[in-house]
Amino acid sequence: MAELTLPANSKPVTGKTWKAAAGAKNIRNFRIYRWDPDTGANPRIDTYEVDLDTCGPMILDAIIKIKNEIDSTLTFRRSCREGVCGSCAMNIDGTNTLACTKFIAEVKGDVKIYPLPHMPVVKDLVPDLTHIFAQYETIEPWLKSDTPPQTRERLQTPEERAKLDGLWECILCFSCSTSCPSYWWNGDRYLGPAILLQAYRFIADSRDEATGERLDALEDPFRLYRCHTIMNCTKTCPKGLNPAKAIGEIKKLMVERR
Amino acid sequence: MIAGENLRGPAAQAIRTGNIMAESQSSGARRHSRPLSPHLQVYKPQLTSITSILHRFSGIALGLGLLYLVCWLVAAAQGMAAFDALQDFNGSVIGRLLLFGWSVAFFYHLLNGIRHLAWDAGFGFELPAAYRSGYAVLIGTGLLTIAAWVYAYFQMGVL
Repeated sequence: MAELTLPANSKPVTGKTWKAAAGAKNIRNFRIYRWDPDTGANPRIDTYEVDLDTCGPMILDAIIKIKNEIDSTLTFRRSCREGVCGSCAMNIDGTNTLACTKFIAEVKGDVKIYPLPHMPVVKDLVPDLTHIFAQYETIEPWLKSDTPPQTRERLQTPEERAKLDGLWECILCFSCSTSCPSYWWNGDRYLGPAILLQAYRFIADSRDEATGERLDALEDPFRLYRCHTIMNCTKTCPKGLNPAKAIGEIKKLMVERR
Repeated sequence: MIAGENLRGPAAQAIRTGNIMAESQSSGARRHSRPLSPHLQVYKPQLTSITSILHRFSGIALGLGLLYLVCWLVAAAQGMAAFDALQDFNGSVIGRLLLFGWSVAFFYHLLNGIRHLAWDAGFGFELPAAYRSGYAVLIGTGLLTIAAWVYAYFQMGVL
């Protein structure tokens, strides 16, 4: 059921303002969601004044600068800094994306940064991904076959391989799933765009022989059919993939096999 | 119940038993209950999400409109007095506003329903196409509503 408002313990309050050093000319305000599990107080929005003249061009550069130079308690995930690991997914300027591939210049006015939406927060910008990875496990994200192992690779034609384009590139950053209102309201049972795109990635693979079994597992009012083609997922995907289309393809297969 | 009966991990176990929240709560040492990150409060609306929620709202409005239509038929079956009373209400400012609202909801739901049928058939999922069809539905709703009301007033001899 849709809970449109935040629980009492989750409503953010105004936090501290961290002034830039005197003499900084090119200042941008970063308004960042903070929550400290040690105090258990309500989340707060801290404002950091960042001197862009001494900062790299990306949002990730700015928050690393904040952590290094202004407030070392700011907590976030990051690793590759080039959009292939999916660690630094967060809600920036109202949409989910990767901090490492988002330019500060793309944001007008104050830069507002929140953790991925409608997730339990571990600390600051770090959401608890336990549940969504458990959902990933349930779609059995590996190739399954009944035919005996061959003495060489299982070959694909270029056409068969092309069906995986737009699917294999997914880095599981979960920007899409956490942008989806259906996943917000029914994430306990609805698998969400990221997991369904992964499910389709194996359904579409010519080397996988478990298509029927996979479709059986998705044939459910919640796991698949909570998708109402809102398309927040496709709009927000930092890799330019189309989860809405992948889900549409699964729905089509469900009809075609009847 | 779900593919993956042979999975051993605590996470998969939790999914199978439906005990998902308990599992995620028990993972990691934690002194205070975790807040839920902001969602509707911070997420930017976009054309496709707005057309989606309007589809739901217009559907609800049409459900109520259907009840009103039944009232209308019942009034007609009851006789002249009841029907005239309802027709008077229909002609009032509030009545006309309601009918106007229902006509907007009707045309919107109809056109966006066709858009959904196209999606169900696998067409129009690319972002530019989804935006084009979204704008087309909004413009089409406006045009059809205006056309219907112009036609209605024309029939009444007002225009």
